[in-house]
Amino acid sequence: MIKVLAACGCLAAAVTLQVWRDGAFPRRHPDIARLLYVRSPAAVGRLALGFDALAADLYWIRAIQHYGGDRLNRDQPRRYELLYPLLDLTTSLDPYFNIAYRFGAIFLSEAYPGGPGRPDHAVALLRKGIAAQPRKWQYYHDIAFVNYWSLRDPVTAAGWFRRGAEQPDAPNWLMPVAAAMLTQGSDRVSARFLWHQMRDADQAWLRGRAQHALRQLDALDEIDRLDAIVAAQTRPAGEPFSWSWLVRLRGLRTVPVDPAGTPYELDPVTGRVTVAKTSPLFPLPQLMDPIR
Amino acid sequence: MHAVRHIALNVFRESIRDRVPYNLVLFAVLLIGSSFLLAQLTAGQDVKIIKDLSLAATSIFGLFIAIFIGIGLVSKEVERRSIYSLLAKPISRPQFIAGKYAGLVLTLAVNVAVMTVAMYVVLGYLTWIESPDFKASWEAPGPDPALLKAMFLIFIELMLVTALALFFSTFSSPLLSAALTFGLYVAGNFNTELKNFQHVVDSPVAAWGARVLYHVLPDLSAFDVKTQVVHGFPVSARYLWSTAAYGAAYIAALLLAAMFIFSRRDFK
Repeated sequence: MIKVLAACGCLAAAVTLQVWRDGAFPRRHPDIARLLYVRSPAAVGRLALGFDALAADLYWIRAIQHYGGDRLNRDQPRRYELLYPLLDLTTSLDPYFNIAYRFGAIFLSEAYPGGPGRPDHAVALLRKGIAAQPRKWQYYHDIAFVNYWSLRDPVTAAGWFRRGAEQPDAPNWLMPVAAAMLTQGSDRVSARFLWHQMRDADQAWLRGRAQHALRQLDALDEIDRLDAIVAAQTRPAGEPFSWSWLVRLRGLRTVPVDPAGTPYELDPVTGRVTVAKTSPLFPLPQLMDPIR
Repeated sequence: MHAVRHIALNVFRESIRDRVPYNLVLFAVLLIGSSFLLAQLTAGQDVKIIKDLSLAATSIFGLFIAIFIGIGLVSKEVERRSIYSLLAKPISRPQFIAGKYAGLVLTLAVNVAVMTVAMYVVLGYLTWIESPDFKASWEAPGPDPALLKAMFLIFIELMLVTALALFFSTFSSPLLSAALTFGLYVAGNFNTELKNFQHVVDSPVAAWGARVLYHVLPDLSAFDVKTQVVHGFPVSARYLWSTAAYGAAYIAALLLAAMFIFSRRDFK
C-alpha cells in the first residue's frame, strides 16, 4: 500500500513539475506542426504496410486540421501550404476517398484568405479522382464548378458539365446547366442555381458552404441596389460619402446590414458599397460580367 | 486427433492465462473512444474511419498475437524442458505441432470474432443515431455484411502469419523467429512489387530471381480487401475462396515443413 501511495505521489510530483516547467518555459514551435516529413505518395504507401486506408484517414484528418487551423488563425498569416500535399497523399493512399476529392477541391479553390486560392490544384485533385473513378459524375460537376466559380471560365465549365451529364446516373439538370453556361455565360442566376443544387447535398458541411455562398450572392444583389441608391443622390461638394448622409437624405431608413448582420461599408471617397472586412461574408466572390 | 485437440485447448487456456484477452478490452475502448472523437475531426467521415480503424486494429492486434505467441509455442516448451514429458506421452511430434498451431488459431478466431462483434455494435450505434439524410451519403451501409469478407481474409492472413512464426520457432530462437516472421510479413506485403521487377532492372537473371521470390514468398497483399469493402465495391466469392485456398495451401506447406524439422530435431 505504501508503495502504491509513493508511486501516486511521484506521479503527482511529475505532473506538478511539468505544469510548472510549461509555465516557466513555454514551448512554441508552430512550424513543427507544419512539417510534412514524407511527401511522396509512393513512399507513404510502402510505409503504410497494407494499412493504406487507415493512413489515408490520418492524412485526411490532418488536412482538415491544417485547413481549419489556418482559416481560423487570426494572429499569423494564413499559408495553407500543406493543404494540397496532404490531400494528394490522402487520395493516393485511398484513391476512392470521395470526400477528400470533393471537399478538398472546395478547400483549395476557396479565395485567399478563406483558402489558398488555388483552383488549379483543385482541378488537378479532381482530375486524379476522375482517373480513379471515371464514371463518377460528381467529379466532373465539381471541376465545372471550380472553372465557373473560381477560374471564371464558363465555356470550360460548360464542357465539364456536359461531360458529367454523359456519365451514368448523372442527374438530368446537368445538361441544361451546361447549355445555360454556353449561351449566357456567367451570371448570378446560374451561380444561384448551382449553389441551390449544392444546398441539397448529403454532407452538412457542403450544405453550409452553399448556404454561405447564397448569402454572398444576396449581398452582391443588395450592393448593386445600394450602389444605385448612392449614385442617384447628389452629394454636396467636399462632403464625404457616408450612411448618415444617405439616411439624412431619406435615401435609406437605416444603415444597411449584409445577410450575416454586419453593416455594409461605404467608401467615403468613391461611394462604392462593399461588405465589411469583419463580415463573415468577406471576401465576396468576383463574378464576371454577363456575356451577351 | 484427440491429442491434437488437447494440446490446442491447452494453448488456448495458456493464452487466457497470459492475459491475451486484454487486447479485446483495448480494442473496444479504442473503437468507442474514436467513434466519439472522429465525428468532430473528420467532416462526416466517421463511419468510414471507424470501419478502417476496426479492420486495421483487428489485423494489427492479431499480428502481434500471432507473432509473439507463435514464436514461443515450441521454444517455451524447450526452455521449460516440458517438451521431454510431453513427447514421452503418446503424442507424435507432428501432432504436437498441429495441436500448438490449432490452439493459437483458436485464440485468434475468438479474438477476431469478438472484435467483429464490437465493430458491428459501434457501427450499428452510429447508424442508429444518424439522420436518414446523412446516411444517404454513405458509400456502404454502416453495419455492412460485406465487412465480414475483409474479416475473413484478415483471419486467413493471421493463420498464415501464425504458421510462419511456428515454422521459424521449430529451429531458431524466439528473437530470431520474431524478426524473421515480421520480415516475411513486410516482404509479403510488398510481394507484388517483385512481380514486375523486370521493368526496373536490366538483368534477366535478377528479374527471373525476383519472379521466383514472388512465388515463394507469401503474397500477403492479396488478403487485403479492406479498401474495397469499406467503399462498398464488390469482392467476388470466387476471389475470396481462391485467396483462402492459396492461404490454406501455403499454411499446409509451412506446417508440414515445421513438422518435418521438428521431427528431426534432437533434444538431448
